[in-house]
Amino acid sequence: MSDDGELDLNSLNDEELVQQVHDDLYDGLKEEVETAVHILLGRGWAPYKVLTEALVEGMRIVGVDFRDGILFVPEVLLAANSMKAGMNILRPLLIATGAPRQGKMVIGTVKGDIHDIGKNLVGMMMEGAGFEVIDLGINNPVEKYLEAMEQHKPDILGMSALLTTTMPYMKVVIDTMKEKGMRDDYVVLVGGAPLNEEFAKAIGADAYCRDAAVAVETAKSFMARKHNQLASN
Amino acid sequence: MTRPSFTEALATRPWLLADGATGTNYFQMGLVSGDAPEMWNLEHPDRVRSLHRRFIEAGADIILTNSFGGNRHRLKLHDAQDRVREINLAAMRNARAEADAAGRPVYVGGSIGPTGEIMEPVGALSHGDAVKAFSEQAMALKEGGADVLWIETMSSEEELRAAVEGASKAGLPIVTTMSFDTNGRTMMGITPKAFGAITAALPVQPAAIGANCGVGASELIATVLGITEARPDAAVVAKGNCGIPQYVDGHIHYTGTPELMADYARIALDAGAKIIGGCCGTSPEHLAAMRKSLETYGGGARASIALIEEKLGPVSELAKGVDAAAAGAARRERRRGN
Repeated sequence: MSDDGELDLNSLNDEELVQQVHDDLYDGLKEEVETAVHILLGRGWAPYKVLTEALVEGMRIVGVDFRDGILFVPEVLLAANSMKAGMNILRPLLIATGAPRQGKMVIGTVKGDIHDIGKNLVGMMMEGAGFEVIDLGINNPVEKYLEAMEQHKPDILGMSALLTTTMPYMKVVIDTMKEKGMRDDYVVLVGGAPLNEEFAKAIGADAYCRDAAVAVETAKSFMARKHNQLASN
Repeated sequence: MTRPSFTEALATRPWLLADGATGTNYFQMGLVSGDAPEMWNLEHPDRVRSLHRRFIEAGADIILTNSFGGNRHRLKLHDAQDRVREINLAAMRNARAEADAAGRPVYVGGSIGPTGEIMEPVGALSHGDAVKAFSEQAMALKEGGADVLWIETMSSEEELRAAVEGASKAGLPIVTTMSFDTNGRTMMGITPKAFGAITAALPVQPAAIGANCGVGASELIATVLGITEARPDAAVVAKGNCGIPQYVDGHIHYTGTPELMADYARIALDAGAKIIGGCCGTSPEHLAAMRKSLETYGGGARASIALIEEKLGPVSELAKGVDAAAAGAARRERRRGN
């Protein structure tokens, strides 16, 4: 299978192969990740087990090193692309087997801003963590966000801005949600280079996420709280 | 009026004061978040000229045109991708008129910002297309009378190279700065030291290199220390944000006071910067305090991280010049043999 002549993924036992997927995600080796996903499925692994133990765990490691300043955007983009390739194999199988979902997120860059690097990273890492992600792309006016929330009924709304001139637009969206009485139906997460915790609080978001790894952790903890609330009702 | 060229001024003056923020000041003047500041060159030339004038009155030796997002990739968002020349000419017209009325030499830098696209191989924008877009903007800025082309807020090496190559077609001096906003690196992972090496090896040598925007005034100067250490030969730009953005009473407010920016200007000089200015949040009032501060200062010992933290605020650990990737916390070992 592996044509680099150095390593035949088939020769590895399950544990070694999962470790290898983590490494190959880390190094952004898309074809190797795809091959390993096929091998694991061929060995009878449930799609959900492949997702969580191989891909999600691998991306978690990438996220940690991104957060700690060891990996940077180009490496993480390559890792996320490899993860996506693995996900493309798993997605139909996950749906067919009714695997559990973490939650649903609508994400988009705000009006006036075309920067989507951070937003894409968050989207891919969220997907890697088992969330369903609806990506609205760049330059979204408030109407686009409202429409998507209406249509997809997500748990989480994510907004991104890279410019100091566009970050105030997040407040426009949140204020409109308040006016319509729908603000409390969603967890609102915001992120982008010029933002900070205080800004997020001041505009009425639930949390500021300084990078994609933090976004995933934050989203998970909000989902856990939501489940606890539902359970106690 | 005869006056020395930009490069002559750079070689002979102890420092040059660049202007402050554009976009964040326009908010105070009625810009609505989400709208393109560049369109104001045509829709509200009076407001654009007024901000230039206020910076000149505050003592700016260099003003930058309102054309940061004036390349076709950014303008596409406002369906104005075919108006690059028109918009950049208007930006130059507004700046040039105020600079030439100053009664002293004021240089106009044609602002060139990133495309917002990711370059190949990670992204989709090819080197050739990027060079074309940058040269299109640069030629318009030159036609409008720019003294220098000012490439700013870059984060990727590939785009920096394309921008310098594209801008060099205009044959003007070039200044190029990056935004070091992620753990002391640019978003794409470039350290100040690596930036020094990249710029030293460019086929067209910039007249000045440096840092702009990023995270607050303190961290920017830590970055400048890294650049001046790597490139003691270079003229270096410090154009830092006026503190950290906060949301107060419905608008963005930056934490930096005029007093803080006055300290910032002196510390930037002692960090080795030759061109000193402000980025997001820096108003004409801040700039006036910086001018006064520099004019009454003879320079001191090389700035230290301790001094920066004492006077300007905290510097994150990784921005103190520690290279996490090169230090103990290296990339994980690869098991694969190739």
